[in-house]
Amino acid sequence: MISLKKLLPGLSLLAFLAVWQGLAVYLNSTTLPTPEKVAEVFWQGCVSGQLPFHLGVTLLRLVVSFSIAMLLGCAIGIVLGRNKKLDAFFDNWLVIFLNIPALVTIILCYVWFGLVESAAILAVVINKLPNVIVTIREGTRTLDQDLLDMARCYHFSRRKTLVHVIWPQLHPFVMGATRSGLALIWKIILVVELLGRSNGMGYQLHLFFQLFDVAGILAYTFAFVAVIQLIELMILKPLDRKSQRWRR
Amino acid sequence: MTHIRIDIHSKTYPAVGQAGHHLAIANLNLSFKAGEFVCLVGPSGCGKTTLLNIIAGLDNDYQGEILVGQQHTRPKIGYIFQNPRLLPWRTVRENIELALDNHQSSAIIDPLLEAMQLTQAQNVYPERLSLGMSRRVSIIRGFAVDPDVLLMDEPFVSLDAPTARQVRELLLKLWQQRPHTVLFVTHDLREAIALADRLIFLSAAPMAVISEIIVTIPRAERHNEDAIESFRQQLFNEHSEIKQLL
Repeated sequence: MISLKKLLPGLSLLAFLAVWQGLAVYLNSTTLPTPEKVAEVFWQGCVSGQLPFHLGVTLLRLVVSFSIAMLLGCAIGIVLGRNKKLDAFFDNWLVIFLNIPALVTIILCYVWFGLVESAAILAVVINKLPNVIVTIREGTRTLDQDLLDMARCYHFSRRKTLVHVIWPQLHPFVMGATRSGLALIWKIILVVELLGRSNGMGYQLHLFFQLFDVAGILAYTFAFVAVIQLIELMILKPLDRKSQRWRR
Repeated sequence: MTHIRIDIHSKTYPAVGQAGHHLAIANLNLSFKAGEFVCLVGPSGCGKTTLLNIIAGLDNDYQGEILVGQQHTRPKIGYIFQNPRLLPWRTVRENIELALDNHQSSAIIDPLLEAMQLTQAQNVYPERLSLGMSRRVSIIRGFAVDPDVLLMDEPFVSLDAPTARQVRELLLKLWQQRPHTVLFVTHDLREAIALADRLIFLSAAPMAVISEIIVTIPRAERHNEDAIESFRQQLFNEHSEIKQLL
């Protein structure tokens, strides 16, 4: 028999749909379509290819900007965490960049570089980068000096030290930065697309807003929530399991 | 194997807060013959770990020099720390392999695992090992790099007596097969007598040599507790300066 605990997530989802359905029927308004109507719009979007196209474009921007931000952020974070002088010098820069509103960076990037793809990517990267740097810097500060001394004493090469001593200790911080990064970047990308691109989810949502098409907005929203869940289940969770297999 | 000479003029720790400079080591001259097992005995806080860290090249902030043979080169070091310092995310075998840089590691590691009775545990992660087993892995890693000098910093501390005795015997057996120069730090005089060719007694900071004593008990009789105890009593009777240290 399946245990109640396993059924609970499914039941809660059903309850959510039931409440939504009840409200939609009761209000009978175009601004709150029923789940069925949203599913229909979603299906039409899939059949026409519009939804996968815009979702794909946004996903591509996500992958590119996320990769750049994570790679740069990890490298800079490790350097700042290991070098007190550089950290003291750049700390103020970080605070400044952390506190610039996302909208300001996006507008400035478009004004300075034009309404082009690279400006869009740059705007997302600049928004995400300081977060990654700060998280990885904190992680680097907590590195176990005893293990680093052991590596030095046994003449580990730089690469060996990075891969076998430093990286496994940073892993929880990298995963933290990845999860918070995905959530943040999604949101910023939509604004970037809304303001200056002619495709992608943000652009589509803007269009639906002008048409007051709430069913369209909800259909696209659920599509990308589903994609993020898939990334979590298919990529992040297995990575977590693999890297934590040594724990008791 | 190489002769090693240590000549440290001074090692000071900078002032922290209200406390002034701390002179940890002053005019320390030691030399070790190839293949010699030397125990450094001294009160806790006298700077024994500092000395090992200097020899290992982990602490370069001192006046003096470390000479291996005739060359002014860094000796190849095997360091068995007080805490085993294994990488928890690598298996026992991987932990040992990482210390080696050649690809014929099996030929080196397998006999060592067998000697330390760890062949069964080679693919286990360190968190699943007992402290005694972790210490043995750390000893294997030290021997595996074929060091000029093996540094051991109270490697049997906080083990229960039977386990400590077992690991000590395994260590001695291994060392007799592979006689590396060993510097073994301890504050347990019985342990030192059971292991060493020579005992070096060190003073409280600033560290200096108080006396050096050759252990005359033959190796074959070292397992005899009475022989160890009578040697210890004899030491106390003949060298009153040692008694104050321990």
